[in-house]
Amino acid sequence: MSKTPLDFEKGAHEALGSATLQQALGKFQTGYPLLRARAMQSLPDFEKVRTKAARIKDFSLKNLEQLTNQYREKVEANGGTVHICETAEDARKTVVEICRQVEAKKITKSKSMVTEELALNDALEAAGMEVLETDLGEYIVQLAGERPSHIVGPALHKTKEEVAKLFKAHHKTRRKRETGEQLVREAREVLREQYFASEVGITGANFLIAETGTAVIVTNEGNADLCRILPKTHIVVTSMEKVIPTLDDLSVFLRLLARSASGQEMTSYTTLVSGPRGPGESEGPTSFHVVIVDGGRSKLLGTEQQALLRCIKCGACMNVCPVYMSVGGHTYGWVYPGPIGAVLNPVLNGFGTMYHNYQASTFCGACEEVCPVKIPLTKIMRDWRTRAFQERIPGLGARLALWLWAAIAANPFLYNLAAGAGIPILRALAGKKGVLKSLPFANGWMKDRVLDAPEGGRFVRGRKR
Amino acid sequence: MAVNKGKSVALFATCLVDLWRPAVARAAERLLIKAGFKVAVPSGQTCCGQVNYNSGDQKGARKLARRHIMLLAPFDYVVVPSGSCADMIKNHYPALFGGDLDVQKTAQVLSGKTYELTEFLVRIARWKPAREKGAKRKLVYHDSCSCQRSLRIYKEPRLLLEAQGKYDLQALTGEDRCCGFGGLFSVKYGEVSSHMAGKKTAAITALEPEILTGADLGCLLNLSGKLKAEGSACEVRHIAEILAEEEA
Repeated sequence: MSKTPLDFEKGAHEALGSATLQQALGKFQTGYPLLRARAMQSLPDFEKVRTKAARIKDFSLKNLEQLTNQYREKVEANGGTVHICETAEDARKTVVEICRQVEAKKITKSKSMVTEELALNDALEAAGMEVLETDLGEYIVQLAGERPSHIVGPALHKTKEEVAKLFKAHHKTRRKRETGEQLVREAREVLREQYFASEVGITGANFLIAETGTAVIVTNEGNADLCRILPKTHIVVTSMEKVIPTLDDLSVFLRLLARSASGQEMTSYTTLVSGPRGPGESEGPTSFHVVIVDGGRSKLLGTEQQALLRCIKCGACMNVCPVYMSVGGHTYGWVYPGPIGAVLNPVLNGFGTMYHNYQASTFCGACEEVCPVKIPLTKIMRDWRTRAFQERIPGLGARLALWLWAAIAANPFLYNLAAGAGIPILRALAGKKGVLKSLPFANGWMKDRVLDAPEGGRFVRGRKR
Repeated sequence: MAVNKGKSVALFATCLVDLWRPAVARAAERLLIKAGFKVAVPSGQTCCGQVNYNSGDQKGARKLARRHIMLLAPFDYVVVPSGSCADMIKNHYPALFGGDLDVQKTAQVLSGKTYELTEFLVRIARWKPAREKGAKRKLVYHDSCSCQRSLRIYKEPRLLLEAQGKYDLQALTGEDRCCGFGGLFSVKYGEVSSHMAGKKTAAITALEPEILTGADLGCLLNLSGKLKAEGSACEVRHIAEILAEEEA
């Protein structure tokens, strides 16, 4: 199941042929839009709110250094430590080192895509520690030895029946595994005792608030709270663009996040964490760390594409993306699938490696319509294609074909000549039925699909001005 | 119609229509004449450059854009029987010439007077087809992504089809979902594209229409090719042809 970004076409072929994946995607694709629409009914001024959210993010990105410093000072005043890591490698080392210092053997973890980006679990396991994912979706994916296929619903690609089989194989107990509720209860029972046995809890953060030094963690399962409170050490791992100025600003984003992500007005838990256990408090971790990862994002600051850092990782763009909903998240081959991955992945992981991420789009624009922070996703995808073209990343054949098309279409004489030769050939190939079933250079079209032949003649040619 | 008298309209046929289905452009021309305009078909028009633009070839796109800006700018209006090519001229030509203010200015003026066909007929020409009597045929209208999202055209084609009175317009499930054409996407990622088309044709076929129509020939060739491969007998025609037929 492990796919690489350059194997997109092969991955797509497998994904389209997988009945269970198509079943899982199909179910989500009919369910999500209805849930989102219902949740949006109580936010009639969506357009106004998302414009405001975009503006707050733009302001934050413009003043990122200052706000990050402010955030750091507040956390330090509260007794925590902030680590700012330029690369994924730095971040991995930092987290592993913190865990080593407290002699961690077992780590419980709640959902964090940034830790996926860092491949943090691999690094911790290589250092001899056991890592347990406690978000239900992440837990399922971890048991299956896979990666998340969606940034909000990591196990979106799995059907209930697959999960039941997985639990049976791993938990080795006899119990009923028919309904979703039974499966959730089973996972909860297995996971619950693990929190007490872990020395370190790792969580992500949806927002960092500069004004108060607060990390905001939004979940539906409450697992982040257990990861945070029960172990002695709490590490927040997140990325640099999460910083916003004030608690007031947070209220704008909280109105958008759950509605966009899961079609809820609010998630079940919204946790605000500002540091370790305070003097006189009996609960909470005694040591608190925040690891803020750049990972290449700062390259975007001040550029035309900076807007993609507004992202609040709600996943709405992939939920409505017809390509994502056809091939699933694994086909994209890296951490962030769908439209947001198409624009973010090349920045973090290279334009060559991530080629298909920004090429495999029809520019239908459904993602932009739902994006709660108004990221011009198709524009940035096109910008990346332009950049790739300039860097000669597409093959020579593709570049030559485009050059040739522009050269012919800019010269009506050549254009007429080519059309005069081409149209009759296509018509002859199509035969009496007027339908083409194969075509050199365009056989991609002919997958369970034919092409109507040109009807013959021209419109423009030979007319007077 | 008096307001339209004498105003000049340049018909930009688009390469796909000109090369694949010239009848669509002939129909569009008839409609514009019917609506009272002086229609010109600037010779030397070819491709708007969208293929190059969306593939990242800005240089090629600029070459074709410059050519068409010069060809089309002299007219009162420019009408395009395609949402995606109209969108290219309207929303993307100006952005291509950031470094060349003269061309950009002309592109901006051109942008303001360029319309997709159904939008033009309804909003500018205020033209409606004559109502016809008789049994209504079941019809599905396919909204292209360019029309519905980039140009915000939704009501216009429906108003025209309803005015004609010949068709029983069906509501399509998932009408806001892309059909999978996407220009070169349909060739480069053919299997994904065909799968997306299949979701669309499944929704269409469920309605058992006699006719499928739309304003973008790219989408229509995609859906026609899929429907034929599935053995459907549903007729696929551009909305210009539908509106222009039996209009006399």
